[in-house]
Amino acid sequence: MSDEPTPSSTRYPAGGDAFPHKHLIGIAPLAPWEIHYLLDEAEQWVRLNRQPAKHADALAGLTIINAFFENSTRTLLSFEIAGKRLGADVVNMHAAQSSVKKGETLIDTATTLNAMRADAIVIRHSSSGAVQLIADKVDCPVLNAGDGQHEHPTQALLDALTMRFWLRSDDCPLSDEFAKLKIAICGDIMHSRVARSNILLLTTLGAEVRVCAPPALMPAAIEQMKVTPYHDFDAAIEGVDVVMMLRLQMERMAGPFIPSAREYRHLFGLTPERLKRAAPHALVMHPGPMNRGVEIDSSVADMLERSAITRQVEMGVALRMACLDVLTRRARGVEGWNSL
Amino acid sequence: MIPREPLTITGGQLLTGSGAPSAGSIRCEGDRIVATGDVAAQNGDRTHDAKGKIVMPGIIDLGVFEIDKPAFHFGGITRAALMPDQNPPLDYPARVRFAASYGKPDLWVHPIAAATRGLSGEELPELGLMQEAGARAVSSGRQWLADSGMMLRMMQYAAMLGLPVISHAEDAGLTGGAVATAGEMATRLGLPSAPAEAEALAIMRDIALAEIAGAHLHIRQVTTAAGLDLVRAAKKRGLRLTCGVSPAYFMLSDIATAGFLTFTRLSPPLRSEADRQAVRAALADGTIDTIASGHDPRGPEDKRLPFVDAAPGMAGAETLLPLTLSLVRDGVIDMARLCELLCVNPARILGVEAGRLEPGMEADIAVIDPDRPWIVDSNRMEAQAGNTPFDKQPVQGRAIALFKGGQRIEH
Repeated sequence: MSDEPTPSSTRYPAGGDAFPHKHLIGIAPLAPWEIHYLLDEAEQWVRLNRQPAKHADALAGLTIINAFFENSTRTLLSFEIAGKRLGADVVNMHAAQSSVKKGETLIDTATTLNAMRADAIVIRHSSSGAVQLIADKVDCPVLNAGDGQHEHPTQALLDALTMRFWLRSDDCPLSDEFAKLKIAICGDIMHSRVARSNILLLTTLGAEVRVCAPPALMPAAIEQMKVTPYHDFDAAIEGVDVVMMLRLQMERMAGPFIPSAREYRHLFGLTPERLKRAAPHALVMHPGPMNRGVEIDSSVADMLERSAITRQVEMGVALRMACLDVLTRRARGVEGWNSL
Repeated sequence: MIPREPLTITGGQLLTGSGAPSAGSIRCEGDRIVATGDVAAQNGDRTHDAKGKIVMPGIIDLGVFEIDKPAFHFGGITRAALMPDQNPPLDYPARVRFAASYGKPDLWVHPIAAATRGLSGEELPELGLMQEAGARAVSSGRQWLADSGMMLRMMQYAAMLGLPVISHAEDAGLTGGAVATAGEMATRLGLPSAPAEAEALAIMRDIALAEIAGAHLHIRQVTTAAGLDLVRAAKKRGLRLTCGVSPAYFMLSDIATAGFLTFTRLSPPLRSEADRQAVRAALADGTIDTIASGHDPRGPEDKRLPFVDAAPGMAGAETLLPLTLSLVRDGVIDMARLCELLCVNPARILGVEAGRLEPGMEADIAVIDPDRPWIVDSNRMEAQAGNTPFDKQPVQGRAIALFKGGQRIEH
């Protein structure tokens, strides 16, 4: 925990009441103070990760299974490092090598993992709702590492942690209140679980969120999620404090959704000229992996003073350490964390 | 043949198919009704005392996906029109003949012939021979026949034979792999979705084609305000057009899919609340002609999956009557209209001598207690599987005695 006194906006109840959830399936069920609680918890791990000896024993003896039914490099690596730095035994299960390919159902796989007595299971799956389905069938906490087009809660939390770090730093002229932030999220909103989780988190904390995408990549009734939709990127980015770019799935580039990468860059790419329309201090974010020269120009992605893209990756490990720590506290019998 | 004494059901409120329930008795000889109203049992008759409950025609379920006798009998259903989406599909006379005889004697199945061979949308099957084998209608099943030229030729052929064409109104170009209706719920859940207008688009085309072909078009499920407006307008023009709906669409909106409950994964997908209200209005004003269960029991291997991967459909036979009765209690329809929706109109569309309590009609009779309370429980259903979105919901109304062709069905 931070040594500084807790600001009033982030005050939360003591013990387990600060985070009364068994799983982390999405941002949707989280209250503002629960979000801040996870961010506060992550700060100690940010500090630890910046030391030469990056090790804690909080989760020693626990087994964490990373069950990834969909390919991933950075999220899997981030969760693996997070678990190992907390002292847990981390096992990775790749769907490509698993019996899922042999026709085993998701439920059977879930009960198998459960029978191996995992202490936490991290799941990524290509179908919306698949993680919830597994969570209902296992005894241990389940962390959603991305389910279809539904949610990717740790990504939204690490993005918020990145923003909060920036807001509290000396080179940011703003106060650390999310409620005063203007954020533009641009890219393939339709197919993005990152966009949904970020929209939920940022609007829950009171920020003004704009989303920008060509019509074919904008979900129906998105304004019902308390955001303002834009098709004109220049208008969307006007005066915002944070520009969050999303990866354009290359497999959707040509054909039915978008005419070409060239045209997409022309209309929706974040170029240095476009960035000038945002607030002068504006932060540039991207969950990665980037398509340089498509949704974001290299010169913007690599701007030292503006781009938070590598900072996001750093925060990712710390935030995931916090989630693993908090969610396993009940099983570990941490004082004040009684079972739900 | 089992020798059968005449049957007299006394002391009931007769819901004959025309008008409100009125006190009376009904007498049947063989498998037919011979008299209704103020009739008395004669010597040697079997008698059944309805004890003041409703006596109505056995329900005719227009469009089911599985022959599930215990569930149908629980629900007061004596005849069911079987959709062609079987494995293998009902696209060959022998298969139709088998399906037509499958449930006899206590459940009559009216097969619906596949509109194209293998339901692949390419070749015309032997509709005439299938009609002789017992097919009562033609349908593309639970899918859209995309080729308009094929649809027209099929409709013209069906019109020649006098077979109604039952269509599935979802433009597949718009729906693609969608499993939800575009809107806030689908967006929040991250489910592939299609605009509700996919239905209106499909209805527009099918109405135009039916007009050219002179065919009787029955749209199995009309679930949106825009689709119902089209049907209303076409009926006003005097087109031979009928349409139906199943209870899920007047009971539930897409809000029910929250939590990725696969029992709410239906085809077409659940709609918005505004569309649900439009369905109720269309039931009240007579635009909708039939209510069917769309009975499709699916076990865990089809339903205990992520929402996108789960099979569509619900086990609806047992809840058809109580949910339709809820419309009566809510003042949307009256009992006479309930009888039209569940019995009279389906019989007329299929061209069968049933669905009314009139002399000469088949003695398919349900005695129902419209007020009897019970709780839907997906773990304890008569159906082959308990995939109902109404699990744990208290309902009212049950069939308490059922007769098919004058014979009591022991249940």
